Amino acid sequence: MPTLTLKNVRKSFGGNDVLRGIDLEVTTGQMICLIGASGSGKSTLLRCLNLLEPIDDGTITLDGTDISEPGFNPQPVRQRIGMVFQSYNLFPHMTAMDNAMLAPRRIHGHSRAELEPRLADLFTRFGLGDRMQHYPDQLSGGQQQRVAIVRALAMRPEIMLFDEITSALDPELVGEVLDVLRHLRAEGMTMVLATHEMGFARELADTVCFLDQGRILESGPPSQVFGDPQEARTRAFLSRVL
Amino acid sequence: MPTRRQVFETRQRRRANLIAAGSTLAVVLAIVLLVPLAPGWDRVQRSFFNGEVFAKTFPGLLEAFLLDIAIFAWCAPIIAALGLAVAVARDLRTPALYPVKLAAILYTDIFRGLPVILVIYLIGFGIPGLGLPRPWNSPYIWGSLALILVYAAYVAEVIRSGIESIHESQRAAALSLGLSSSDSMRFVILPQAIRRVVPANMNLFIALQKDVALLSFIGPVEIFRQAGVYKSLLANFTPYVGAALIFLAITIPATRYADHLMNRQRKARS
Repeated sequence: MPTLTLKNVRKSFGGNDVLRGIDLEVTTGQMICLIGASGSGKSTLLRCLNLLEPIDDGTITLDGTDISEPGFNPQPVRQRIGMVFQSYNLFPHMTAMDNAMLAPRRIHGHSRAELEPRLADLFTRFGLGDRMQHYPDQLSGGQQQRVAIVRALAMRPEIMLFDEITSALDPELVGEVLDVLRHLRAEGMTMVLATHEMGFARELADTVCFLDQGRILESGPPSQVFGDPQEARTRAFLSRVL
Repeated sequence: MPTRRQVFETRQRRRANLIAAGSTLAVVLAIVLLVPLAPGWDRVQRSFFNGEVFAKTFPGLLEAFLLDIAIFAWCAPIIAALGLAVAVARDLRTPALYPVKLAAILYTDIFRGLPVILVIYLIGFGIPGLGLPRPWNSPYIWGSLALILVYAAYVAEVIRSGIESIHESQRAAALSLGLSSSDSMRFVILPQAIRRVVPANMNLFIALQKDVALLSFIGPVEIFRQAGVYKSLLANFTPYVGAALIFLAITIPATRYADHLMNRQRKARS
C-alpha cells in the first residue's frame, strides 16, 4: 500500500526548473535513497514533500489525500512527516530536551512530565542520555544531528525525510549518525533520504533513485542501480563518487 | 626562559605604552596651562566651576534627578512592550490583518521621522489643550506618551532587524515539526531575535534617559529645569555642570556595559 505518491511534480524558482516531472511512490516501511549531483533537485524534492515549498504542477498524495492542492493546510501533514536538515537547525536558545519537547507540547498539549520519560528514553537510545540538558553549542556536530533526529521523532511521524544529514559532519562523526538511521530502518520507519553516502544507500535502501537535472533518470534496487546502471549519466555520476 | 618573540613583544609593548603616556601628559598639560591664559577664564571659572554653588545645589539636583528616573522607569517597560508589538505587527502575513500591518508601518515611519522635542510639544501642549479634567491634563502623562511613541518606534525597528537576522532555516525547522507560524514566531524566532538586539536596545534606552530632560520644556521640574531654576536664583551656571555630571554618572557605565555586551556577542558569533 503506497503512503506517499508523487505524480509529475514540477517546481521552478524564478525560471530555473529544479524539478521537471518527478514520479515516485513511497510505501510504508520502505527506505528510498535519492542520489545525484548537487543541484539535481534532491533537497527541493524533500522540501516539497514536507510542503515547505509549494509545487508548481503535478500532485502529491498522502494516503489518497491530495496534499499538494493549493490552500491545503500543511500543518497536519508536517506533523505526520518529520524532517531532518543538513545544517541541523536546532533551536540554539533551548536545551536538547526543550528542542524535542516544543512541538509535542504546543501541538498535542502534552505536559513536560508526560513527555519527559518517553523523550529521555529516545535520547538514551541514540546515545544522548547524558546530553539532554545541554544546549546545541555545547554539542558536537554528530550529537546535534542526533538531537535533530530525536526532535523530529518526538512527534511520532509516520514518514521521515533526511536531507543530506551527514554532509556537514566531520568524517569521524558520520558513523554515529548513520547508526541512528540503521536503528530506524530496523524498526521499520518509512524514510526518504537525500544522501551522498553511497555505501550506506547500497547497504540499506529498498530503492535508489538517481536524480539528474530535476528528473529521476533511473531507479531500482541498489544492486541494480549501483551494479548495473542503465543510463550513461548514472554511470558517469557513480564513477565520480565511488 | 622567555622566547625571542616574547622578549621582542614585551619591549614593543613597553615602548608603545611609554609613548601613549607621554603624549597624553603633553596634551593634558597644554590644556591645564593654556586654557587659564584665555582672557575670559576668570569669568568662566566663576560662573561654571564655582565650588560653593556646586556644593549648595548638588543635593537639590540629585533630588530632581529622581523625577527623571521615575519618568524613565514608567516609560521603559511600556516602550519595550509597544516596540515588540509593533515589530511583530510589521511582520504579519495574514491578509485580514493588513490594516494592522499598515498602521504599524505608518507609525514607525512618522515617529522616527520627527524630532523628539517636536512630538513632545505637539502632544504635551496639544492634548491638554482639549480642556481635559485633572489628572488628564498633566504634562507628565502626555510628555511621557510623547517619549513612549517616539522611542517605541525605534525599538520596533531594532527588534524587526533582529527578526530579519534570524536565518530562514530556523523557521523552516519549526514549521517542519508542524508548528503554526505564530508558534514558530513566538517560541523560535522572537526569543533569538530579542536576545540578539539587547545591546542595540540598551543604547536606545540610554538615549531615552537623556531625552527625559526634554520634558522640562512642557512643565515637569526635573533635573534640567531645576538646574535652570538654580541658575536664575544664583546667577551662576555651575548647576548645569552638576546636572551634566549626574547624567554622565549614569550614562557612561551604561554605554560601556552595552559596548561590552555587543563585543561579546560579536565574538560569540564569529
